[in-house]
Amino acid sequence: MSLSTNKPRTIIEKIWDNHVVAERPNSPTLLYIDLHLVHEVTSPQAFDGLRRRGLKVRRPDLTIATTDHSTPTTPRGFPIVDTIAKAQVEKLIQNCKDFGIHCYPLSSDKQGIVHVIGPELGLTQPGMTVVCGDSHTATHGALGALAIGIGTSEVENTLASQCLLLKRSKTYQVRVDGALKPGVSAKDIILALIARIGIGGGTASIFEYCGPAIRSLSMEERMTVCNMSIEGGARAGLVAPDDTTYQYVAGREFAPKGAAWDQAVARWRQLPTDDGAVYDKSIVIDAAALEPMITFGTNPGMGIPIRGAVPNPSDISDPLERDSLKSALAYMDLPAGKPLLGHAINVVFIGSCTNSRISDLRKAASVLKGRKVHPNVRVLVVPGSQQVKAQAQAEGLDQIFRDAGADWREAGCSMCIAMNGDQLQPGEYSVSTSNRNFEGRQGKGARTFLASPMTAAASAIAGKVSDVRELL
Amino acid sequence: MEKFTPFESRLVVIARDNIDTDQIIPARFLKTISKDGLGDQLFFDWRYDAEGQPRPDFVLNKPASKACQILLAGDNFGCGSSREHAPWALTQYGFRAVISTSFADIFKGNSLKNSLLPIVVPADVHAELLKDPSGTVKVDLPSQTLTLPSGRQAQFPVDDFAKHCLLEGIDELGYILKQEPAIAAFEAAHPAGIDTRA
Repeated sequence: MSLSTNKPRTIIEKIWDNHVVAERPNSPTLLYIDLHLVHEVTSPQAFDGLRRRGLKVRRPDLTIATTDHSTPTTPRGFPIVDTIAKAQVEKLIQNCKDFGIHCYPLSSDKQGIVHVIGPELGLTQPGMTVVCGDSHTATHGALGALAIGIGTSEVENTLASQCLLLKRSKTYQVRVDGALKPGVSAKDIILALIARIGIGGGTASIFEYCGPAIRSLSMEERMTVCNMSIEGGARAGLVAPDDTTYQYVAGREFAPKGAAWDQAVARWRQLPTDDGAVYDKSIVIDAAALEPMITFGTNPGMGIPIRGAVPNPSDISDPLERDSLKSALAYMDLPAGKPLLGHAINVVFIGSCTNSRISDLRKAASVLKGRKVHPNVRVLVVPGSQQVKAQAQAEGLDQIFRDAGADWREAGCSMCIAMNGDQLQPGEYSVSTSNRNFEGRQGKGARTFLASPMTAAASAIAGKVSDVRELL
Repeated sequence: MEKFTPFESRLVVIARDNIDTDQIIPARFLKTISKDGLGDQLFFDWRYDAEGQPRPDFVLNKPASKACQILLAGDNFGCGSSREHAPWALTQYGFRAVISTSFADIFKGNSLKNSLLPIVVPADVHAELLKDPSGTVKVDLPSQTLTLPSGRQAQFPVDDFAKHCLLEGIDELGYILKQEPAIAAFEAAHPAGIDTRA
């Protein structure tokens, strides 16, 4: 149902309006879902629910599955030694077989992190509603899709009905003006935004990223920005489609072809926010003023410029906020008021749905090329998908990583969520290109500094938190 | 889903802001394919030491906490991942409500689908509870009223539809499936752009 109204609308409202199945007073909207991505961790209980109710999957043709979270990144011929993880992976494959869903298993050359393969295969397209039982679903917003992370009950609802009951979110414009300086990347934009608004700053909202700095980002860089919308508390985040988007989507496996392509692009060109549309909230960031960012604490909002000082709890008046910072610094074993630059590290992780695409690997490789990883540091490079891995190998990036002394792995979520055996030891420090630095996120007792692939690569070489601009 | 009835309980207090779902239940416990046994893993890394022994100073390990059905926590409770294992673990431990000044969106939605009531209170009510959390708090969903140990009453917001589902014990999917004609009509008018099986 498209509303015939002349009121200027944001892209968020347009996509929403295009997917309204039913609206009743005092009830949430029944919204149609164009693409449902499924993985092994948040789906088994949903499939059990379908069985209990005797329901089938309504639209297997709009559903796709892969295994990524609990899977090893060791060579694919190796067995999954964790028997609980193995059972979970096998359960997904069985569920997909039973319910007629196409699955890219570990053995597939198209397997990968669910948020990497959706865009890569051309499944994610502008104007779509996309859901997945994973909070980083907002990644797909980079293509101009409304992409929402959901829990297992909603996975079951979507499997059964291809619909979700949702309340309209507030619209939140994130305008990034100016141009990024060398050594500063998309990851630094999103880390800077979250440091400014806090991890609850976008609660009940959907971000639209816009402005010249966003427009000049590649599609993969836009995915990095949208990916971490949830770390700003937002339900989703998106970028209106433009020629960069269409060039990215064109020719991909599931993208429209021929006349259907032309019709699709004509439709997609109607999506961008109308002049005069009003947002519930807005913020402006100056890209030119940004520096490489790094987190020091135990949530992604605790970020500082790479040469900045760790804040001091005594400067904070709110008692709970002060305690949060105090316990974060205690967990991280960091002194207040001192810079993080030069802090020794044990591990560097380059990967995750935030930063594991080919352009991320190219950036990391450009820093590591001809250099050696510090002997005290273990470096894990985990491509986001088997297609990314193949491309990296075709370009010789794997050799650059290996020559530098890094470990080159198979695709998956790996050390971002540490469910698969790739993890830090208690007390170890990592510089990680992933999205979360929560206590224990990379293994029990692990301490995570979040940063860009370039900062991670520079830190790997120095064995300590480093400013990549010194190597450029 | 069970019908959500009025109740009263003492509070378990974890006075921290931004308690994320990795703390509520660490990711390594998400390899399960069932919903069972998660209550024992609630706040696991705060609750147990490296040897797996209960830390006596952590609130959930205090004998008085066992019968408590309300968790009082800091701002932005439940931030982080979409894992529904978080409300499953909280309800299996015995919680029926969490009180905070705000909740992360996905956690809030997941909780409401599992008869766990996220109660948002203003900062002054939160501060009063934190100051003296020893008494009994009453939760009445029909009137959306929280009664503090002091006798002070505070209204809390709940989405009308979620409230109706909680009180009647209705789960969403049954409601959605009743709208089959509308779903079918939408599909007829909007042919799919992809076929994942092609």
